[in-house]
Amino acid sequence: MLANIGFGALLITAILSAYGIFAAVYGVIQKRARWVDSARNAMLLTFPLLTLAAVSLIILLVDNRFEIQYVASVTSRSMPTYLKITALWGGQQGSLLFWAWLMSAFTTAVTLRKWDRDREFLPWVIVVGLITLLFFLLLILLYENPFMKYWALPGGGIVGALFRPAGATLFTPADGSGLNPLLRHPGMIIHPPLLYLGFVAFVIPFSFAIAALITGRTDDRWIRLTRRWTLWAWLFLSLGLILGGRWAYDVLGWGGYWGWDPVEIAAFMPWLTGTAFLHSVMIQEKRGMLKHWNMVLIILTYALVIFGTFLTRSGVLSSVHAFAQSAIGPAFFGFIALTFIASLVLLAWRWSSLKAETQMTSMFSREALFLLNNLLFIGILIVCFWGVIFPLISELATGQKVTVGPPFYERATAPLFSGLLLLMGIAPLAAWRHSTVKTLGRAAWKPLVLSVLVVAGIFALGVRHWAALVGFWLVAFVTGVTLYEFYRGAMARHRKSGENLALAVVRLAGRNRRRYGGYIIHLGVVLMAIGIIGIEMFQQETQGTIPQGGELALGEYTIRYDRLDIFDAVDNRNVARATLSVFKNGEYVTELHPRRDFFYDSQQPMTIPGIRSTMEDDFYVLLVDWLPVSTAGATFKVYHNPLVNWLWLGGFVFILGTFLAAWPEKETEPVLRTVPAQARRLQAYGD
Amino acid sequence: MFNRSKFFIGGLLIVAAVVYLIISSTQASAQYFLTVEEVNQRADEVLDRELRISGAVLGDTIDYDAQTLTLRFTIAHVPGDNKEIEARGGLAAVLNQAVNDPTLPRLQVVYNGVKPDLMRHEAQAIMTGKIGEDGVFYAEELLLKCPTKYEEAVPQQSEG
Repeated sequence: MLANIGFGALLITAILSAYGIFAAVYGVIQKRARWVDSARNAMLLTFPLLTLAAVSLIILLVDNRFEIQYVASVTSRSMPTYLKITALWGGQQGSLLFWAWLMSAFTTAVTLRKWDRDREFLPWVIVVGLITLLFFLLLILLYENPFMKYWALPGGGIVGALFRPAGATLFTPADGSGLNPLLRHPGMIIHPPLLYLGFVAFVIPFSFAIAALITGRTDDRWIRLTRRWTLWAWLFLSLGLILGGRWAYDVLGWGGYWGWDPVEIAAFMPWLTGTAFLHSVMIQEKRGMLKHWNMVLIILTYALVIFGTFLTRSGVLSSVHAFAQSAIGPAFFGFIALTFIASLVLLAWRWSSLKAETQMTSMFSREALFLLNNLLFIGILIVCFWGVIFPLISELATGQKVTVGPPFYERATAPLFSGLLLLMGIAPLAAWRHSTVKTLGRAAWKPLVLSVLVVAGIFALGVRHWAALVGFWLVAFVTGVTLYEFYRGAMARHRKSGENLALAVVRLAGRNRRRYGGYIIHLGVVLMAIGIIGIEMFQQETQGTIPQGGELALGEYTIRYDRLDIFDAVDNRNVARATLSVFKNGEYVTELHPRRDFFYDSQQPMTIPGIRSTMEDDFYVLLVDWLPVSTAGATFKVYHNPLVNWLWLGGFVFILGTFLAAWPEKETEPVLRTVPAQARRLQAYGD
Repeated sequence: MFNRSKFFIGGLLIVAAVVYLIISSTQASAQYFLTVEEVNQRADEVLDRELRISGAVLGDTIDYDAQTLTLRFTIAHVPGDNKEIEARGGLAAVLNQAVNDPTLPRLQVVYNGVKPDLMRHEAQAIMTGKIGEDGVFYAEELLLKCPTKYEEAVPQQSEG
């Protein structure tokens, strides 16, 4: 029953979406506002309907309705309720439904805004939103239906089908196979939804861009309208990526946080173009330049969002994220190709109306540096894209499948990331329009001197790793410049209004949220860079088997193996938990409990590290194996990850800055560009 | 116009730098995908190359020495082509055929490191490493997939 309600809701939403697309286009062509209003109503209905479908599935999941294939594949009786709910995105069918649901939430929200002044955008925003939604709904309905049931055929055998095959009876397995234990982690509960939120939210700026192209209203209105949407999309995507890294660090047990896996890259690529877009729209707003470029960036971002979903869902590439092999690959590919080409055709059609209003005048102006920043982001994107599709290309070209691993990405992107860091230090000091080496030098010399001193200090402490020294110099320089910017702004306020400095900083950031939010994000990035330098360049590891009471040393640390406890936990898993004493320079510091959980229902073990975490370093121990008689010994793998906590701290600061930048301000509706001109003309007539 | 050409040259320099980075890094870290059959046929030419090999794990051959963290096992040939795998009934079926067909080419593997959680009979092992002169594959990295149990986006990771 519930399954039928869910399926019915999906079907109706799909029909409604198709109708909405038609009504919007027809309304524009016939110039009938009522049809557009009707399309708007159709759009508004998609969210409640998909909520019905999603809630149906959630109830089925929570209620252990194992006759539903999807439920049986991702839940089991022993799972706690909150995990059963998160199983909504634990599998392919469910996650596609989840995607569509979030997507409809965003499109519905944007439809609800006041449209008085941007009426002409409305039908096209609806069309783009509904086409995207319809595509996902068709995928679900035709290929990946989460409401399929098991049926026992009269002749024996079990099939999955939506409706009862002739003579068959409903088959209900006694228990489901359960959610993969690796996904039973707080990070995994919110990581996929955040990534998805980021993905779907980027559809909004894209739909406005397309609306601007179609209507020919190609000034920066569409950018101003979607500025906050873009920032929120970017916020979710960033948060999703950071939490994914944290989850990998906590759960995957390889002492790392980012593996340059195709699926990770798939989520990273729209982030790259999105970040470039966030920067370059500022140039369009301030200087009326780069209009084509911004269109290209948002079109690319949309294509990469769909491509990212496709990569994770199609099985086209081999990855550590085990893929589902399914028929939806060609459908995705077709949809991406179609929307991408259509967008580019529109762009070409409006090409001449997107001419820049001014020219670049100086190589060191803020806008030139922003452009450079964009080129570097796109450079990283190309590296990533090349790495992901290289196996396919080489196979087509030579018949030999060749792949590139993490060393490729690290080697190729490191100089580009360093360049970005450097720009992060220089660009805030550069003025719009005109800057020369001289003016830049005058602004930069204080932070520059400071950063050189910092690096000298680090060198004096004994660090001789040249790449790390370059990295630390960049970090110190950017930090210096950014704090200096805050200081200068606050001092100016302080002198003008006599506010005390702390208040001045708060007010400063509050008044100009995008700018100072951006600076806080930059600070977050440099903090993350400290952590990345620490773990990438100074990570140490060792492994060994030690008897009870035995010791294993790594750097300043020593672990002593005290005890092993093996017991059954309530949620149907067996736990082997080691107790270790950790000594640093011979002194006892803490006790760690690396453990191995074995999940009976999925017959899969999971290794959970014991971590002693400080701002200086993480001491990370994995219980690898133990001999049946626990006194005989156990095997441990030990990592020393210097500074890695700065990565998470930086991530936190990064998100904080994004919140500040994205937080809604009182809507100060900017006056349309054409209005002053008209007003002037009217005035002229008056005279 | 002088200004424009300066920007143009600057842009070209960046493009050139990115192209250089991509090409040099690709050459430095390319790994060749080979099936077990191809490795056995072309052992001589692939001797020093970074290889990426996938195969079905034979459960009986798994030998793990927890003292030295040395893992030895043998894999059986599975086709490298996704279409061929599909045609034979999917990855799970192909892995099952591979471990039960003694006529298929096989390859001995040595891996130094922690035994991954999913190391078991009929799992798909995806490894990177090099072939030794002795014809044994020395894996530096070992990933495992068990499609019979989970077909969904399940990250499985374990590195040496």
